[in-house]
This record gives sequence, structure tokens and C-alpha cells, in this order.
Amino acid sequence: MKPAPFKYIAATSLAHALALKSEHGDEAKFLAGGQSLMPTMNFRLARPTVLIDINGIDEVSGVDLSETGPTCIGAMTRYRTLERDARLAAAFPLIREALPEIAHPQIRNRGTLGGNLCHADPASEMPALAVALRARLKIQSSTQRRWIAASDFFLGALTTDLQPDEMLTTIELPPLGPRTGSCFMEIARRRGDFAIAGVAAMVTLDDDDTCIGARLVFCGVGEMPVDASDATDLFKGEAISDKAIRDVAALAQNMIDPGGSVHASADYQRHVAGVLTERALTTAHQRARDGQ
Amino acid sequence: MDNDLHDIALTVNGAAYNGRVESRLLLSDFLRHDLKLAGTHVGCEHGVCGACTVLLDGEPVRSCLMLAVQANGHAISTIEGLASPAGDYTPLQQAMHDHHGLQCGYCTPGILMTMTAFLDEHASPSEDEVREALSGNLCRCTGYQNIVDAVMTAASRMRG
Repeated sequence: MKPAPFKYIAATSLAHALALKSEHGDEAKFLAGGQSLMPTMNFRLARPTVLIDINGIDEVSGVDLSETGPTCIGAMTRYRTLERDARLAAAFPLIREALPEIAHPQIRNRGTLGGNLCHADPASEMPALAVALRARLKIQSSTQRRWIAASDFFLGALTTDLQPDEMLTTIELPPLGPRTGSCFMEIARRRGDFAIAGVAAMVTLDDDDTCIGARLVFCGVGEMPVDASDATDLFKGEAISDKAIRDVAALAQNMIDPGGSVHASADYQRHVAGVLTERALTTAHQRARDGQ
Repeated sequence: MDNDLHDIALTVNGAAYNGRVESRLLLSDFLRHDLKLAGTHVGCEHGVCGACTVLLDGEPVRSCLMLAVQANGHAISTIEGLASPAGDYTPLQQAMHDHHGLQCGYCTPGILMTMTAFLDEHASPSEDEVREALSGNLCRCTGYQNIVDAVMTAASRMRG
């Protein structure tokens, strides 16, 4: 229950951190909030030989909110900072709604958005939100920078597209269209536990209340976030009805492949996912109509 | 591998400490073994139980999920720093005593640190808010009701 020995280096700048990662590659891990990495190190499931602490780097922290353009969130921004950002909450109600579901206040005081996305836990909320919000992720190495869509970033359980010399530095969120309502819901055995199933739903209406776009992304029911937005094609060009919501939920249930666990069988996870989908879509639709 | 040692300087309950720690030393173990502040309890060592909660620059964090070396330059508060030097309880400690908010007491240091920070920010909390704030601290004895009662009483007494 104690970490194996490693060499600790506190990076003094982004360039310093990237140079260290380039030098040490897979042997090294970035230490962000540490709320996932430290438990795995305590259990010795992870045994990095070099730990590059990036907590002292201000360049990759903070929220840059734009009224018209994309909003940029530094990868080292802690959940607590996001939770306390009223403007961010107003711009992205989905984030405001999901944050209290993430672990506990003590964990959110340390945990970071970027660290969470790079850990890529299948049951984690933020990867699903990043996909639902069509986030773009800025990836940097000491020699290159590139952008990747969140939907292409997650490759499997605890697996991302990050290369050994790379760091996720910025999460960019495009602005939501007008008359977009969203809702995040999850069911967990205990408050703060990983979800048996969770869903992020978004609905965009035109002036006649006709659906012109919808998003539906699950967490906890597959190896990575499951984008079941195609199920919402049923809504397109229609005024959303209760029956259509039930039909979309039934379709979505067939698009997920939950693994089941001691806490919940796969059938139960699928059932919960269906119920949550109906509720979340109903709420998102209501919010879109009410202009929330 | 040779021990990877680092010099650190931090304050704990207002007192300055300088020390040399191995990089893999957890903050919880640094407090308990090096500083002999064994009031911070260690339960699960993977961030679930909350017994090891301390304040890092005033904010509750899991000391089992931080390295001691990461506390360099920061201010840590532990259970030992709550009561006055003369031994007078804080309103929260007194309320926990009055309401029998503990039985075996193992989880209590983490709960006191968590809820001390919570009361700093929430002068008039609802019972739901108290339970939400408590959700990251496991207690297997009390059933939580007396802890919730204690926090509500402490908040009321602190409002005066």
C-alpha cells in the first residue's frame, strides 16, 4: 500500500515537463491531481520510475471563457475551480450538473480535468461529457502540437491516443447553439462512487420547437464513452414526443455493451441506461424549450 | 534505486517544518511517522474512506493521495491544530462531543477536518448540504445522524 520507489521531478514550466517526458517516455508519468494515479501507485498497479509533477505549471491551468468562440480549459484545472466558476456553469450546464457526481469534495479539490481525461476510466463522467460537448483536445510534445477530437481520443479502457512523449494541455469546447438544453444523470451505489450507468443528453430546438440536433453519450456501460447520438436521428425534423423519447431510449439500449460487475449485472446496467436516457432526454428537451 | 531524497519546507498547524523526505513518502505517513502527528488516521490508502483528510492551504484533501514532497511550500492543517493550545474545543468539536458524533473515533479526524472547512464556507447549511459534504468520509459506527446533528448545531452556535 505504498508506492514503489521512483524519481520525483517538479517541472518548472510546460517546456521543462515536455522535455522530461520526451527523455523518459513510457517510464515516466505526469503527476497532475494524483487522484487516480496515486491509488494505482499505492497498490503498485502503476510503477513509474520517474514522476513528473506538473502541479507547479500555471500555463496549463485556468478557464478562458468566450461569449462567442470556443471556451478553453487548461488541462491542470481542478474540478473545484470548475465548480466555482459561475460563468462556466451558465455556459455549459452539463458540466455544472455532472461535477457534483464526480467522487467527493476532497477528491475534487485535487483532481484535474486533464488528468481525468488521460486516465480514461470507462466509468468516469468527464470523458463522456467531452464527447457529448464535441470537445477538441490540444496535445503537445516538445517538438509538436496537434488537435484531436475527444471522440477519437479514447481508444479503450484506460487507453488513449496519447503518445509516450505527449501531454494533453488544453480542452476546447465549442459554444452551444441557442435553444440547447442538456442534462446529465447517473446512478451509483453510493454518492460519489463510479456510475453503474450515466448519460449526458443534449437537445437543440429551432424556433418552432422542432429538434435540429441531439447528443446522447454514456459513461460506465462500455470500455470507453459510448456515443449513441445516432439513436436521436428519430427526433430530427420533428417536435419531440414522449413516445419518440421512449423509442430513442430503446434504440440506445441496444447500442451499449455493458460488462456487468459484482455491483450490477449487464442487464441491470442496460435497464438503468434506458431509464436514465428517458429521464435525461425529457429534462434536456424541457430545458431547451424553457431556454435554460 | 537509491533513495530519491528531497528537502521540503512547509507549515503544519502554523508551525514551520523543514525536512528531508523520500519522494515516495505519502503526506499521511510524513505527518504520522516523521512529525509524530498520529491524529491523522489512515484507513484505505486509496482515497475512498476519508480518514486521512487534512487541509491543504485551507482545502480538504486526502493526505494518502499526496506525496509529502508535494506539500513543499504549502500550509497543512491537521486535527492536532483544531483545539486551542489550552485545550478548548472548536464549536464543531464541542458539538460532536455533545451529540455523540463518534463511537470508535477512527473516522473522526477526517470528518472534523472536512467539516471545519465546510463550515468556513457555509454559515447556514441545510441538512442536505451537510450530508453531501460528508459523503466523502466513511463512518461505520454512527449511521451519520449524530454527525449531521453535530454539524448543524455547530453551524448554529457559530452564527451566534
